[in-house]
Amino acid sequence: MTDFTPTEMMTIAAARALSNDDVCFVGIGAPSAACNVARLTHAPDITLIYESGTVGTKPDVLPLSIGDGELCDTALFTVSVPEMFRYWLQGGRITTGFLGGAQIDRFANLNTTVVGPYDHPKVRLPGGGGAPEIASNCGRIFITMALTKRGFVETLPFVTSMGHGEGGNHRERLGLTTSGPTRVITDLCILEPDLETKELTVTSIHPGVARDQIAGNCGWAIKFAGTVVETPAPTQTELSVLRDINARTRKAHEGPGKEAA
Amino acid sequence: MAKIMSLAEAVAENVRDGDTVAMEGFTHLIPYAAGHEVIRQGRKDLFLVRMTPDILYDQLIGVGAARGMKFSWGGNPGVGSLHRFRDAVENQWPRPIEIEEHSHAAMANAYEAGAANLPFATFRGYVGADLPKVNLNIRSIACPFTGEMLAAVPAIRPDVTIIHAQRADRKGNVLIEGIIGVQKEAVLAARRSIVTVEEIVGELAPPSPNSVVLPGWAVTAVAEVPGGAFPSYAHGYYPRSNAFYIRWDEIARDRETFSAWIKENVLDAKPEDFAHHAAKTSAKVA
Repeated sequence: MTDFTPTEMMTIAAARALSNDDVCFVGIGAPSAACNVARLTHAPDITLIYESGTVGTKPDVLPLSIGDGELCDTALFTVSVPEMFRYWLQGGRITTGFLGGAQIDRFANLNTTVVGPYDHPKVRLPGGGGAPEIASNCGRIFITMALTKRGFVETLPFVTSMGHGEGGNHRERLGLTTSGPTRVITDLCILEPDLETKELTVTSIHPGVARDQIAGNCGWAIKFAGTVVETPAPTQTELSVLRDINARTRKAHEGPGKEAA
Repeated sequence: MAKIMSLAEAVAENVRDGDTVAMEGFTHLIPYAAGHEVIRQGRKDLFLVRMTPDILYDQLIGVGAARGMKFSWGGNPGVGSLHRFRDAVENQWPRPIEIEEHSHAAMANAYEAGAANLPFATFRGYVGADLPKVNLNIRSIACPFTGEMLAAVPAIRPDVTIIHAQRADRKGNVLIEGIIGVQKEAVLAARRSIVTVEEIVGELAPPSPNSVVLPGWAVTAVAEVPGGAFPSYAHGYYPRSNAFYIRWDEIARDRETFSAWIKENVLDAKPEDFAHHAAKTSAKVA
């Protein structure tokens, strides 16, 4: 078998979740890598949208920020931020939102705001940005983040964006008609919400990963679905596309511009 | 009608202690030179407004110029935390800072409401999220036609908005290209505005009839500051210095390193220095 890292497996598994017909609102970081690997492999016609206003963008290197020039240069068109959030996101024209987060709970609610009390936080995180409305207005949500005890927690100190709330039909009770999180892709496994309770359960385990390892890295008593499959290992093509784009990105971000101001 | 003046004059005339100030630019065209001039002129007790406060607001907060900040995402994009912002929130250094936190959708809608002279903005937002529990400026309103409950936030009406753009003509008409963010709305929502530009030209010559233009009569002051968005970028002029954003993480992490950097690169520097920094990165754009 070809060697690959858990992070590479995570990015490639996340990329596979996307299809050619998706119109995808892309979060920065891991989601951005996954979405572009999808575009460069099995989904060449996928529409990628970044909240800076770029629609149908095809970056050659991964952007460091959601508004790098590369995104605008390669986009079909670019709109103002108010238009992006009003017409395209709130207008219901985006099929899939791809998010990451600092913390997640068993119902796929996300926290990127604070750890500790809001008024006297232990750690002040960047905040929600587009996430609160991405989570409710996109047709469905994919989430990708590494499976760690710090990240997968029993109780969130703060709900930045709603996943399935308290579980069950909580989304419907709040009047939401979108699906919410349908898949969480980690470096060890893939989780999907249980049809009834909406609790995240393991449905696919990455090659070489043991159940103990998954349970030991999760902050709640994680459940496994009745049928659990093994995630297919990355193909040679997937790996080389991912490694190429990462190498181009590293080179682009190293310079120029080491000056003072 | 926009007055064309030096950056120092524009800031002296238009930015006052205690003002609500918006310096916008959604990762592109961030008005760094103007922000540095505000620091050099020693403005204090500012209430800062910005969707994505990144390094520039980290600097304003770190020197103690801000009493508060309204924002929706405060980080160093793609790099990590804003250490000066975190130090202010977590340890009240160099002074406590009052924060009013929203989502991007709320801020974008609130600027539009300000530009449209409406008192508030309404949108489908914050469903199931905790921010409305900690921010009294997030409320809800029933649609008068259907009864649907919608989120409501007050319009943003800055005393002064500062942005950077590519070009202006001698009448003060301003052209913005590329990722245009929320700059047009932020200028139109404000009582006064300062636009720094890469160059002032004889003919504005917009590339198409639908180009984003702020007419001179809707702008208060225009100042020519080549490189004025560095280390962010000006589409068509010079690229973003991602290397500097990465390096800021270590500069800002420590109070003393930060203060030394501010002295050397802001207090003892001039707006003209920006042209030099930007020129070093512009080779591959030209």
